[in-house]
Amino acid sequence: MASIITMPKLSPTMEEGVLAKWTKKEGDKIQPGDVIAEVETDKANMEFPLEDEGVLLKLLVKEGDTVKLGDPVAVLGEAGEDLADVMKEVGQKGAQPQKKTDEPAAPPVAATVRAETGDREQGDTKAPDPTRAAAKSVPVAKPAPASKQAAARPALSVVQAEPANGNGHGRVLASPFARKLALEKGVDLKRLSGSGPHGRIIKRDIDEAAAHGEAAPSSLAYVPSREDQLVPASQMRKTIARRLIEAKREIPHIYLTADATVDRLVEMREQLNDSGTGTEGAVKVSINDLVIKALAMALARMPDANVSWTAEGILRHGGVHIGMAVSLPDNGLITPVVRDADVKSIGALARETRSLAERARAKKLKPEEYSGGSATVSNLGMFGVREFVAIINPPESVILAVGTTEKRPIVVTRDGHDVLEVARRMTLTLSCDHRVVDGVLGAKLLGEVVKLLEKPMGMLL
Amino acid sequence: MLTIRRVEEAAAKAYAQGKIGGFLHLGIGQEGVCVGAIASLRPTDYVVGTYREHGHYIAKGGSPKGCLAELYGKATGTSKGMGGSMHLFDAKNRMLGGYGIVGGHVPLAAGVAFQSKYRGDDDVTLCFFGDGSVPQGAFHEGISLAGLWKLPIVFICENNQYSMGTPLYRTLAVPDVTERAAGYAVARDRFDGDDVLRVKERIGEAVARARKDKTPTLVEVITYRFRGHSMSDPGNYRTKDEIEEWKKRDALPAARERLLKDFAVKEDEIVSLEASIKAEVQEAVRFAEQSPDADPEAAWNMVYADPNTDPRKM
Amino acid sequence: MARLSYREALNQAMCEEMERDDSIFLMGEEVGHYQGAYKVSQGMLQKFGEKRVIDTPIAECGFVGVGIGAAMTGLRPIIELMTWNFSLVAIDQIVNNAAKIRLMSGGQFKMPVVFRGPGGAAGQLGAQHSQALEYMYANVPGLKVVMPSTPADAKGLLKMAIRDDDPVIFIEGERLYGVQGEVPDGDVVVPLGKADVKREGTDCTIVSWSKMLTVALEAAEVLAKENISVEVVDPRTIKPLDGETIYQSVRKTNRCVVVEEGHGFSNVGAEIVARVQRNCFDDLDAPIERVHRMEIPMPYAANLEAMITPDVPRIIAAVKRVMYLPESKPESKPQSKVE
Repeated sequence: MASIITMPKLSPTMEEGVLAKWTKKEGDKIQPGDVIAEVETDKANMEFPLEDEGVLLKLLVKEGDTVKLGDPVAVLGEAGEDLADVMKEVGQKGAQPQKKTDEPAAPPVAATVRAETGDREQGDTKAPDPTRAAAKSVPVAKPAPASKQAAARPALSVVQAEPANGNGHGRVLASPFARKLALEKGVDLKRLSGSGPHGRIIKRDIDEAAAHGEAAPSSLAYVPSREDQLVPASQMRKTIARRLIEAKREIPHIYLTADATVDRLVEMREQLNDSGTGTEGAVKVSINDLVIKALAMALARMPDANVSWTAEGILRHGGVHIGMAVSLPDNGLITPVVRDADVKSIGALARETRSLAERARAKKLKPEEYSGGSATVSNLGMFGVREFVAIINPPESVILAVGTTEKRPIVVTRDGHDVLEVARRMTLTLSCDHRVVDGVLGAKLLGEVVKLLEKPMGMLL
Repeated sequence: MLTIRRVEEAAAKAYAQGKIGGFLHLGIGQEGVCVGAIASLRPTDYVVGTYREHGHYIAKGGSPKGCLAELYGKATGTSKGMGGSMHLFDAKNRMLGGYGIVGGHVPLAAGVAFQSKYRGDDDVTLCFFGDGSVPQGAFHEGISLAGLWKLPIVFICENNQYSMGTPLYRTLAVPDVTERAAGYAVARDRFDGDDVLRVKERIGEAVARARKDKTPTLVEVITYRFRGHSMSDPGNYRTKDEIEEWKKRDALPAARERLLKDFAVKEDEIVSLEASIKAEVQEAVRFAEQSPDADPEAAWNMVYADPNTDPRKM
Repeated sequence: MARLSYREALNQAMCEEMERDDSIFLMGEEVGHYQGAYKVSQGMLQKFGEKRVIDTPIAECGFVGVGIGAAMTGLRPIIELMTWNFSLVAIDQIVNNAAKIRLMSGGQFKMPVVFRGPGGAAGQLGAQHSQALEYMYANVPGLKVVMPSTPADAKGLLKMAIRDDDPVIFIEGERLYGVQGEVPDGDVVVPLGKADVKREGTDCTIVSWSKMLTVALEAAEVLAKENISVEVVDPRTIKPLDGETIYQSVRKTNRCVVVEEGHGFSNVGAEIVARVQRNCFDDLDAPIERVHRMEIPMPYAANLEAMITPDVPRIIAAVKRVMYLPESKPESKPQSKVE
């Protein structure tokens, strides 16, 4: 009866071998100890001896093939034997020699890293948008097969059960025995201050507390442990984190705040929106659109502020391109750019911001649509935020933080008398890169913005 | 000898199939030495071997089943799957094991002989080792004490001429191993291992000396292993011609010739013996494959003899 | 009850056991004609003759191996190492053979051998002769490690070690040989694996053994004068370790200090700390402290030996730390802060 010869284990760690060379051919007689082939293992080139006798009836793999341990390589039997059954068995064992087919695609991590490094390399000179790398990396990582990703980075593929150790913030420090004792004696640890190192509550403190009648069994509600969870950060989040740290650390920010009376602006917006109602293709103009327009026009009038600090010198931007911060549903952030916002009509600008925002949320922006801005508007007014300061989006040198529009009492002079009136006011905070935009320049720029918002008809020209 | 060779061939095959793990050091080609030497013993005599000791275990009365089941790591192995290829122990046959630290077993073997002398028994201990043991300190300390205390022991150097992959001329300044005997007041003998009867006779003389006069002997038997040091050794340090040359001096076919020529054994008797050995080894392979795995519970009980000492509680 | 030195107690144990059982013999350097390098075997050659009290050449690897071969074939050797420092040239025999033959043979052989001799520093013996090596042997499955601290324990434990069917590493205190103590008469044994509370107390548990136990007891005495009540637990057998007695003590005192003569890293004290924290976590009022030899090979100079060896002030400081007490007076040895 013919028998199947399988790939032998020729070293303790061998899992597969390359059949380097057949030293016997089909039809050769074999004695125990005869070497039938040479096999390249993980350790060395090894001889492959047989311990049986018979005739080598069939060679099942070719020289150069990689064969897994235990997979068939040849058939041994007696001359003239019928091989039908054995070959069927070989078929069932199924193991065909594997050609060296390497991983079809590089793991997603590597691709992501590449995208990031690419940006970083030009970071100093060419001034990419911070969100650019992030936005790019996300689609790269997405299509990768889940299993591969899990295998490559098991630690990040699951929410880890281990609680992150507390930072001591709000935690009660107590020795294990003090905790046990407190429970027994009904002492509320939260009401004690510890006498041990770092305020650790120790046995002595519990004893003293109990002796002074501090026992308060009812207050001793043990809160079931609500464990912290460590979740993986997305590539976009990591990029945002890195770029914001760089921005906050490297750019000497100064902050200028001013209020604008925007009754006329609100009025004008209503009129604009009313006039378009029912017209095909009409777009509602938002307050934010008008702020973008105002900032763009102010920068166009004050080209000294439309600049970027670079290692080579101060880059004066040829056009005025305004970024608008858009938050994304999965805790991301991106800044699409309205090009030449200073010269676009308010209608065209409104249509463009609408389109950019929609496509940003759908992650369909092209790279050139979220890079190359010269200033950014960030608006949290719709969330009721009165005012805030924003971090500059490098390599830009200004960012305008826009608060909510609300009615406030203001003091105005009427007929030589100061009187209180109610007006719609908006607080604007301009963050400037002090390396290129000094306080006075920033103040003039902000003043120009306020002027445009307060007398908005100027923006229609 | 044939049983040993068939068992080792079966072991090599099982190793190639991944059924045996770890190291597997085959003694194919060296069988004449252990078989001849142990044939000169009484059953109550002791044998202490190296990690290349499948032959010694079988020659000392161990079974192919006990050997192969051990190699398979099974509960039915002679060391219950706890020892493996390098540690075949068989108390009832006074096979005191194979040892994996080169030369480390030589003082231990002297201790076994010390015990026989202490008790006034006339049992003899055979201590086998390779030429690779000779530069080791433990080898010298063991022989030194045996010579000092006149212990009933025969030290047998199975000189297969390679310490793993390093030839003897690169490991020993004085290639004749037995020259060390003079320094320790130990008798010496040196001969070729290609004739099993010669081995039996010459070791027999040393055994008699040990039994009667309590004089230890250092014997060097020149032999050769046809396979690598272990299964993962391709043996590139030796030429094909050298191996072929030594295969001509294989003690196994030579013994077969002697049986036909000098002992009037008929060809068909030998053929039938060969067939029965083949069947026995095949049966042993089956036995090993079908035996239960090594017993985890038993492992806990083999750390300490004291039944009150439970390593689980340590 | 008789008042005996530690050395005499060991001698008595061996003599009584050898009288009882012919298969026991004593082998080692200078054990016979010289009457023992530390006089532990004084008079034994005269009593038992050269057959059973056997002088060896200086060949630890050789005669330790002989003991192992004799033990596996039914004798019960007592192998004396002049000091445990010298066991390092025989460690292959102990670790690879004595500890493993029982398992490697599938339980076919017993290994009733005792390796005994002094360990620890003993007064300016320098780096190679002052080691405390119990941690090495305690890490090896198959070995038992015994370290008596009093004459009574020395006798009772050695008798049990000789009767044990497993290889026993019996480490005597080189500086304890002359210590006197009450020793029960006759065949009184101390079981292996049973700790002993050497001093009762309520405020802090000190775990210590061999020579360091005597230092810990001194520290406890000093602390008692400051109204600090220390309980001192002597494991006596390092392996198998009687954790339960230690845990019971820590559950009572809520504080623990482990004092050992050897270096800190990976030592027995580390094992005890790990076990105490696992078994007594909710009973601990302070992190467990360790006092051990500093991380320097033992220098020769007397002041340096004193500096790196645990002593009373360092133990007292550690106890005060676990009790959150200020140190009453400046420590004599600021170096101990490295712990």
